[in-house]
Amino acid sequence: MKIDLFKQRDDTTWEIPASGQMRVPAIIYADRALIEAMDERVYQQITNVATLPGIVDFAYAMPDAHWGYGFPIGGVAAFDADEGGVISAGGVGFDISCGVRTLHTGLAADEVALAKEALADELYRRVPTGLGSTGSIHLGPREMDAMLGGGALWAVKQGYGLAEDLERTEEQGCMRGADPSQVSERARHRQRNEMGTLGSGNHYLEVQYVDRIYDERIAKFFKLRQGDVVVSIHCGSRGLGHQIGTEFLRLMATSASQHGIYLPDRELACAPIKSDIGQSYLGAMRAGINCALANRQIITHLTRQAFEAIIPGTQLHLLYDVSHNTCKLEPHSLEGRKRNLYVHRKGATRAFGPGHPELPSALREAGQPVLIGGSMGTCSYILAGTSESEQRAFSSACHGAGRAMSRRRAKRLWRGRQVIDELRQQGIIIRSPSLRGVAEEAPLAYKDVASVVDAADQAGLARKVARLRPLVCVKG
Amino acid sequence: MTARWEHLDHGADIGVRGYGDSLEDAFVQAALAMSSVVTDLDKIAPGESIAVECCAPELDLLLLDWLNEIVYQMATRNMLFGAFDVRIDDQHLFAQLHGEVVDREKHRPAVEIKGATFTELKVYRAENGEWVAQCVIDV
Repeated sequence: MKIDLFKQRDDTTWEIPASGQMRVPAIIYADRALIEAMDERVYQQITNVATLPGIVDFAYAMPDAHWGYGFPIGGVAAFDADEGGVISAGGVGFDISCGVRTLHTGLAADEVALAKEALADELYRRVPTGLGSTGSIHLGPREMDAMLGGGALWAVKQGYGLAEDLERTEEQGCMRGADPSQVSERARHRQRNEMGTLGSGNHYLEVQYVDRIYDERIAKFFKLRQGDVVVSIHCGSRGLGHQIGTEFLRLMATSASQHGIYLPDRELACAPIKSDIGQSYLGAMRAGINCALANRQIITHLTRQAFEAIIPGTQLHLLYDVSHNTCKLEPHSLEGRKRNLYVHRKGATRAFGPGHPELPSALREAGQPVLIGGSMGTCSYILAGTSESEQRAFSSACHGAGRAMSRRRAKRLWRGRQVIDELRQQGIIIRSPSLRGVAEEAPLAYKDVASVVDAADQAGLARKVARLRPLVCVKG
Repeated sequence: MTARWEHLDHGADIGVRGYGDSLEDAFVQAALAMSSVVTDLDKIAPGESIAVECCAPELDLLLLDWLNEIVYQMATRNMLFGAFDVRIDDQHLFAQLHGEVVDREKHRPAVEIKGATFTELKVYRAENGEWVAQCVIDV
């Protein structure tokens, strides 16, 4: 994008003053190179978001922002229900509560080196991956309701994981206010065989090691040391979330005019929070969040079983679980006044700073772990929420790399086998049901996540703590 | 003019576009384009047929509903569809989806489809009389 479209506030803060139908100004956080490389449609989409009723403060875009559906991926926007604020199915996205969780293994990289292949096979065997895979857990109607109401808490009660996992999951593993009765039969049907499955596309399960520490003090709180092996799981609410998204996107798009809402783009589909549709979506979307939390919890259980089979006695403890496609009701202070706001984060990670009451006591002094997934074969990062992030973007940070090229182009440029062989030479083992899928997800098809993370750090959205390098990647 | 389909580049996902002499053909071609996001069409044997129908007040919404109906049938039946028969009667679409259960060895599915979206959603008749039906698919 052209720099002269913006009012530059500092090195990483680019403001778009309110004009036309915009109710508030917009801000993109990025360094100059990222702004220049950013898709112009991010500008258009974030200014569209700024036109929505009841939006407060600013419409924000994170350093990894790219062209999304209505909202840019990397968009953050908060709405006040008392001021006609809206909730948007497009602002949450199809994959409700897609997110990342990272587990400590207590192992060092050299302890895992010899077991890498066996571990890759075992994880790939136990964690259902890709289209056509089904989980071993099939929920009847009553169990489905319990799962949709209980999230990871339900999963732990069923024996999938440990009670200690819950305090290290957003919402303590259970999103309150979920209304399973708002989840359609079709959405439930799509989920019937998909509990505990990874999905496909950019979803993965990786064994990684800490290859660099940036902040020793916070790394201590996070119990991360150079050479430590961790496991990261990236996936979401599976078919259930996709179906909720599909149904409400259509409903909100076609009913917006009845609510007096003008949509500059139908994909911005939304409804007033204080409307029947708004409340139905809120209840269904929260149930979708619980589905994602339960799903990642079950995959955690399968991962623990895989480690136990290959390296007996390994204890996997959860560092944290973040969601990056959500809308959550949170208290925020604006101009000295506490307000309860519906914060949409579409491809953006919540990043509560030190002292936040939502954080477990062991992490409260450090700030919330912010887990940033790389692409297959590239580094991932762990950051920590900062105090200033609250004033920056409602305590939000980036979520990942974002694609640099289309799947079509990637498929033409690479072959899956060649990608797998090249990564193997770098010591990274890939397991995937589809060579074409691997080619479409080739490392170079994604942007460099390092520059995104640097910009987030520089902008004060979150602080860099550690870098993770992959050893094994199970790819959907 | 012949019925045909193509994929459109999209940053994170992929677009599908079908062309046909009739509206029905364009809808069939858009569906073929969507199936080929997952696997090569010639790998899908048309062994089993599923009847579906949908209804929408506008043509672009009808395309959206049509593609999302296929996504739903793919997901819940664990099937892939490589051939389609479509009849459109005013706001109603009646169709047969022909395909088979996913065989991961044979089909090697590249990616799972989350849903059809409003992005680039258009159904129109081009100047040469051909029908065009397109949208971006979230994968």
